Amino acid sequence: MNWITNYVRPRINSIFSRRETPDNLWTKCDDCGTMLFHREVSDNLNVCTNCGHHMPISPRERFTALFDGGIFNEVEVPKPTPDPLHFRDQKKYPDRLKAAQKQTGEAEAMLVAVGEMGRTPIVAAAQDFSFMAGSMGMYVGNAIIAAAQEAVKLKRPLILFSAAGGARMQEGILSLMQMPRTTVAVQMLKEAGLPYIVVLTHPTTGGVTASYAMLGDVHIAEPNALICFAGPRVIEQTIREKLPDGFQRAEYLLDHGMLDRVTARTELRDELINITRMLLGLPPAVRGDLPPPQEGGELDHALSDTEAEAGK
Amino acid sequence: MTQYLDFEKPLAEIEGKAEELRALARSNEEMDITAEAKALDDKADKLLGELYADLTPWRKCQVARHPERPHCKDYIEALFSEYTPLAGDRNFADDLAVMGGLARFNDTPVMVIGHEKGNDTKSRIERNFGMARPEGYRKAVRLMELAGRFGLPVITLVDTPGAYPGKGAEERGQSEAIARSTEKCLQIGVPLISVIIGEGGSGGAVAFATANRVAMLEHSVYSVITPEGCASILWKDAEKMREAAQAMRLTAEDLMRLGVIDRIISEPKGGAHRGSDATLKAVGRAIADMLGELDGKDGAALVKDRRAKYLDMGGKGLAA
Repeated sequence: MNWITNYVRPRINSIFSRRETPDNLWTKCDDCGTMLFHREVSDNLNVCTNCGHHMPISPRERFTALFDGGIFNEVEVPKPTPDPLHFRDQKKYPDRLKAAQKQTGEAEAMLVAVGEMGRTPIVAAAQDFSFMAGSMGMYVGNAIIAAAQEAVKLKRPLILFSAAGGARMQEGILSLMQMPRTTVAVQMLKEAGLPYIVVLTHPTTGGVTASYAMLGDVHIAEPNALICFAGPRVIEQTIREKLPDGFQRAEYLLDHGMLDRVTARTELRDELINITRMLLGLPPAVRGDLPPPQEGGELDHALSDTEAEAGK
Repeated sequence: MTQYLDFEKPLAEIEGKAEELRALARSNEEMDITAEAKALDDKADKLLGELYADLTPWRKCQVARHPERPHCKDYIEALFSEYTPLAGDRNFADDLAVMGGLARFNDTPVMVIGHEKGNDTKSRIERNFGMARPEGYRKAVRLMELAGRFGLPVITLVDTPGAYPGKGAEERGQSEAIARSTEKCLQIGVPLISVIIGEGGSGGAVAFATANRVAMLEHSVYSVITPEGCASILWKDAEKMREAAQAMRLTAEDLMRLGVIDRIISEPKGGAHRGSDATLKAVGRAIADMLGELDGKDGAALVKDRRAKYLDMGGKGLAA
């Protein structure tokens, strides 16, 4: 191999090699390895139809499935000062951010939306693990505060889907300060008497678990999600012993009293509808096919009705 | 005899020479070494001043972790009277990594809570090197709540490498315990003052330091993760801790610029471990000042100010 083949090869490879499993047709289950028809998996919310393994799902896909008719309005999140510490590791932080934006098509690691879920008006926030490991920096803090403020303003419950490797190290101490900041956001909801439901998804770790993710009125986790403060590797290095099977997984936390429920993603929506409606004192949700909510007048009208009910 | 840090090696050599010279003079009375010894002392003193005038962030971490640096226990003994330790989380255990209880500060009853690392092998193990387990945070929550109900100001002294990463700690809800402690800090309607006296390690520190006023000793550090941890994640090499410490902005000066802390307490030349008494007194004065600043505010105003402070925090980055 000379320098030309060395130089040219990787680029050609990158064009052809992945074509064996076209992205748009087949997905391979991360767990059991079964080749799954892409449409089938996405219809099943990225849960393996063979083994039930929960694969990652983007906030946008999640919201499309969560909200009635897939309709939701994004809540604007105030933009923080970019790169507040002028942080540089092997790459510059702004470059890492740009790469993540390009890869995910999202502005940052959290999406906030308002809409209706089983005709129940809610505010929802979802963290995006594919965006720099969902890490919590100023933006995520701002997103949670914006979500809480929106919920308080509209008198709606907040449902938050957490997924993060922890704090955004490139924002140093300011990422740590998101722990108290987001805790203030949770307090706003509690003082307004609004339900705050946390859905812990794989993985939820570090400073995220040690702040807003563990302060919910109800904690639901997706099956087998890793939920912890310190990661298993760090613990194994510290105590120098092998950890038991399933340690720090959702079911393990349920056994240890840290969660209310472990619920499969495919059943989550119905459960969330039931829980929020009961907490708000609303009548049972109407099941079955509903006429799709219409843009404009009728939806607004429906919202204000339910709000009035919720506000009683 | 002070334990020297690696960057103090030249200083150790000079001080060693001066010591040798004095030992020689003691065994040989005719020798007059006064001038030489003084020259060496002056040289050592000058070097010490130079070394500490401009410590790199990593060196600050080393100073902040110095085993002879005054610890929580020393501050409580020096600055508080009638200290009455209160123990236990009423659930599982008493965590000795966190000490706290009722005490008087300048005669005013207060609640003092802090991380204690221990000062010899036995006490370090007992105190788990200042790394608290959930019981420690839950004890702190209990004490803060007690203080809140009886209107006692709370003073927290932060000195922890971080919360303990252990099996039992995770099983008993380390994250929930930390989250509840931060939440309690934001709820209590009494003045809450925090001093970072050594290491402010991540969530374990925030759980105590979400306060109306936060002061930091000059060579203390406060960060989201240890430089070694940051280096191993972002540089894939724990040995890059110097670079990581630099990038993370964990020094008192940077944190003051970022608006994360409110006050820097100067340390004597050569760091707090070379002048414990002066350090303890300076911290005492700072606590008195900060309590004075909050004097006359009612509970609701204190809670409101504290929340507003954290909601606004970090908005401008280093430009703040």
